[in-house]
Amino acid sequence: MLTLAETPPGAVVRVIEIMGGRGMRLRLMRMGLNLGDLVKVLSSGPLRGPVYLENLSTGVKLALGRGVASKVLVEPQ
Amino acid sequence: MLRIALVGQPNSGKSTLFNAVSGLKVDVSNFPGTTVKYTRSRVYFLGRHFELVDLPGTYSLEAGEPAESVAVQYLLSGEVDLIINVVDASLLARSLEFTLELAELGLPMVVALNMMDEAERKGLKIDVGKLEEAFGLPFIPTVANRGRGIVQLFSAAFKVYDEGLKPKILRYRRQVEDKVSRLEEAIPEELARPVKASKRFLALRLLQGDPYLTSRVKLSSPELSKLTEKLREMLEAEVGVSAAEAVAGERHHLAMMLFEASTKVVRRPKPSKADLVDKYIMHPVLGYVVLGLVFYGLFTVVFSVGQPLEELLLTPFENLMEYFAALKSGYATLAEGVLLGLAGGVAVVLPYFVPLVFIISLLEDVGYLPRVAFLMDSLMHRLGLHGKSVVSFILGYGCTVPAIMSTRILESPRDRLLTVMLVNFIPCSARTAVILALVAFYLGPQWALFLYLFNLTVIAALSKLLSSKLKAESPGLILEIPSYKLPPPGSLAKKVWLHLREFVFFAWPILILGSLVMVVLELAGLLNLFNLLLEPLTVWVLGLPKEVGVTLILGILRKELTLVMLIQALGTAKVATVLSPLQIMVFTIFITFYVPCISTIMVTARELGWKMASAAAFLSLFIAILLAFAFRTAASFTL
Repeated sequence: MLTLAETPPGAVVRVIEIMGGRGMRLRLMRMGLNLGDLVKVLSSGPLRGPVYLENLSTGVKLALGRGVASKVLVEPQ
Repeated sequence: MLRIALVGQPNSGKSTLFNAVSGLKVDVSNFPGTTVKYTRSRVYFLGRHFELVDLPGTYSLEAGEPAESVAVQYLLSGEVDLIINVVDASLLARSLEFTLELAELGLPMVVALNMMDEAERKGLKIDVGKLEEAFGLPFIPTVANRGRGIVQLFSAAFKVYDEGLKPKILRYRRQVEDKVSRLEEAIPEELARPVKASKRFLALRLLQGDPYLTSRVKLSSPELSKLTEKLREMLEAEVGVSAAEAVAGERHHLAMMLFEASTKVVRRPKPSKADLVDKYIMHPVLGYVVLGLVFYGLFTVVFSVGQPLEELLLTPFENLMEYFAALKSGYATLAEGVLLGLAGGVAVVLPYFVPLVFIISLLEDVGYLPRVAFLMDSLMHRLGLHGKSVVSFILGYGCTVPAIMSTRILESPRDRLLTVMLVNFIPCSARTAVILALVAFYLGPQWALFLYLFNLTVIAALSKLLSSKLKAESPGLILEIPSYKLPPPGSLAKKVWLHLREFVFFAWPILILGSLVMVVLELAGLLNLFNLLLEPLTVWVLGLPKEVGVTLILGILRKELTLVMLIQALGTAKVATVLSPLQIMVFTIFITFYVPCISTIMVTARELGWKMASAAAFLSLFIAILLAFAFRTAASFTL
């Protein structure tokens, strides 16, 4: 188990837990990132920059700041 | 009159649809949430008159960003007769969650399955009939940017309205439904009627803990408030998460089920060329090279298009003015003033304005700006800002007013405050015209480049300084990266035209009037008085000729005006014969940093209040004097 912030670009992972405040979890949900979704990390900004990902389950592409990404627990597929 | 609201998630194509029926009115772009205030238009279409309202894109009805709460407030104002829910068909799974939430409002509704071409490219086959049956609503496939499906959409909308067709009620898990039905019974008629929303919708919102509704109920009916709390606690004990998440989760599950039942992936998505390019644009190293090239290209194009055009256009004006000057009569002097204002607007500003606005609009529409936010997020946080602030900064190179309005995409008030303050310092197209027409033209482009970099350094330092005074932390970046879109040439031309029209009808009169005022002041012998009053600033601090004094005051109306007036005050368009290179730099630095213009002050006041607007104005004046003086002093030591 690792966080989205630690996932290397190119890897496909499944979201198993979103930690952090209720506000953040709700925000991620309504923008299209839910528990159980299959996610592919496309790119990762340098110097603790954000993570760019594609949600393979919904087709949504998101950029998540490093702090946010480190609260998303994932499982390698 | 029938009032139709266009509602949908960011980038679903609402504004494109709005434009297709309403003509030259609304600003479309490819950044999540750019329509930050709603736009309305009276429309005559398919033989009916109605009012069409384009609401800002929102991911759900739960208000997060200020842009989103605009949409929610409007939908609950009771003014809406019919909803057109615009959906990006290529992101159907997520979009259906919002459709479910909207349907709960219980208003007549139609769904536009927009961007069907993109969905097909992704290999999705959508069974429209299944969706229509499940929701009890018409789903109309459209491709709004090509005008496809729009007639069908509006005929379906009128039919729904005329027949009073309401969406079906889709049920959630029993644990949720139990509480909802008990709340529905307890909700008084007075609460539901004015907002035109169904009791079911209100019950769900109460259960979720909507702050606005909760506080209203607390005052009006304490019993309902108590019941809500009791049921919410019960639900939370049963499902183990907060009620808000439980309801959102239910919606997600239901939407996923409906999505899977109606949509099949019939083949592998064709990789679009844009996706291949995206690899380089979002690359952790190459991305910055691309970014640098884009901005280098931006200014090179603007300068190399603008400069020859400026020379070409200025010559006839100069000849005419010489002719009037030779007449040596009062009327001729007035005519000269008018001509000078016109020359400034047409020959000096327009050549830089049009290419700049064109390129910035292109970057915006293609979908590059959110990608810049991704690339710059880390640096921005280090400076105490937010990745999304970058978007407002880039828009600021076009015009400060929309840039300030675009700060509504920032969730935290702290980030908005800081970004608005700093956007004021970004040289807008008017200031760029001054920089290019004075500094680049007379001292060479490398000095203009120096000025832009100097400007960015100052902004970065200011950001660091101001953010250290603000206690709150900036929230982490959560930003949707939309797919690339090739804007139809028509829409891009429309956008440039909108800016141009604003400039021609709003700025030209001010330029001509300002120029005339100056001539009149001069003829009345008052010009010297103003200049004398400003002498401490202009001559003592900045080391400029005292004639420039009045240009600085009137420059507050429009920044281009300073340029026009400078020419007038100095009595020649060949500025370099009167001002030394150092004076040109000092003058331009001052112009670049001090209060952008009166419209900016107004819009800042509207967004943040008058206190902050005057703070921003004084801050910029202080910084401008400080920097211009510092530059003058530093230069006099080194030269």
